[in-house]
Amino acid sequence: MDTSLLLLLATGAVVGAASGYLGSFMVLRRMSLVGDALSHVALPGMAIALALGFDPLAGALLALTLAVIGIWYLGERSEIYPEALVGVFFTASLAIGILVTPEPELLETLFGDLDRIGYWDGLVTMILALVVFVVARRISSKLLLGVISEDLASSTGANISSVNFVYLLLVGVVVALGVKFVGTLLMGALVIVPAVAAKNAAKSINLYYIMAASIGILSVLLGISIARMFSVPSGPAVVLVSIMFFVLSYILKARK
Amino acid sequence: MERGDILSVSQLKVSFDDHVILDGISFSVRRDGTFAVIGPNGAGKTVMFRAILGLIPFEGEVEWAADLRIGYVPQKLFVAKDIPLTVSEFLHLKENDPHQIATGLTSVGLGESESSDSHRGRRLLGTRLGALSGGELQRVLIAFALLGKPNVLLFDEPTSGIDISGEETVYSLINKLKKEKDLTIIFISHELEVVFQYADTVLCLNKEQVCYGPPRKVIDKASLDALYGKDAQVYRHTSDRGHHHHGH
Repeated sequence: MDTSLLLLLATGAVVGAASGYLGSFMVLRRMSLVGDALSHVALPGMAIALALGFDPLAGALLALTLAVIGIWYLGERSEIYPEALVGVFFTASLAIGILVTPEPELLETLFGDLDRIGYWDGLVTMILALVVFVVARRISSKLLLGVISEDLASSTGANISSVNFVYLLLVGVVVALGVKFVGTLLMGALVIVPAVAAKNAAKSINLYYIMAASIGILSVLLGISIARMFSVPSGPAVVLVSIMFFVLSYILKARK
Repeated sequence: MERGDILSVSQLKVSFDDHVILDGISFSVRRDGTFAVIGPNGAGKTVMFRAILGLIPFEGEVEWAADLRIGYVPQKLFVAKDIPLTVSEFLHLKENDPHQIATGLTSVGLGESESSDSHRGRRLLGTRLGALSGGELQRVLIAFALLGKPNVLLFDEPTSGIDISGEETVYSLINKLKKEKDLTIIFISHELEVVFQYADTVLCLNKEQVCYGPPRKVIDKASLDALYGKDAQVYRHTSDRGHHHHGH
């Protein structure tokens, strides 16, 4: 096995772990579709960065940060989550992204392209994903308590508004990182599906986190291997592997 | 704020959009006291709790003592059945020290040392939060509130009908806790009987302040009419049980 493939797999594994772990909160918060919609925002950001000659990762990060600030603001302002508005805004950004993205790059930005991940790319991605993971771990207690009851969390002195903001920022970063592996159309699935599968099987919250992160890792590793072996786009391969884990977990749950 | 008080509220007003929920509420809570808030449904009791906890915006002044440590027991907690969070993990969200958790559990009758209930306690620790019965969840929420050694406990409408531990009701548990620790209790209730039995001060709310003071002094025909309307059923109901606590 050559070193570049090894680096690719290692980077993918760290991104998969961070996605699965962050997704486990998103699923509990019943915000799954927001995670999915958020991933579409990366597209116009990448397109504009490509057109201006910047690194698409920087464009994706910028676009996602802006979107996260928007989501957070709406969530703070309104008692009811304005999900319809989020749906409208994000499908619009997907449509704009498809129009703006140069034709040769369109397919790979939509579905991921492993060949475009270089040595430095991989290293930066891995470090950022590790940072995301560590920060998420640190805020996890407050975050989860906020999911159970915001009042209860606030009564313990936690600033839930800023915890939520940091969490959404982390999701934005992980989506930007994962877009290279699975593309903007399917990145939402890498955040959500491992957590949904883990929720079917886990008996405790710690097991749930561990399973979500592990399924994230395995999906990326197996998906990348399959994509390499059969020369197919990595995005669909990774996501279909995670869906396979979901089906397995569902069957196991139903048999109990 | 006067010496010996732990909370002082002055001219509290809460409104959502243009709708005034509470207005002109002023009272203070004595340290180590037991303070009851009563009023009919929709009187704004929970809203007042959320305001003094700083969870919602308000006008007026809410001043807590500097050494305040709050434990809050909400009225309801809707935990989805499918959230894989066990009771033990829930308590660990607030406190890492296993010794403190054990102490909190013992206080609500779920401790390891209590022979009659320890088995039930251990089983509960591994149970999902969403699968608990109403009484069990209330116990766990009280244990959660007791973590971090609070000096004020806020109870939103503890249900006295629920058995906390064998014959213990939530109110006798509150009484027990007060004897053990330096603790101020503020609770919402609609049961006059309970207010007379346990509270040293009562605040009657019906969007505005109807009465405030020692229960036996301030709960009378006039304040009950203002709270529940004329011929209040709730009043006669408590009298029928032989508790002639009313002061006239």
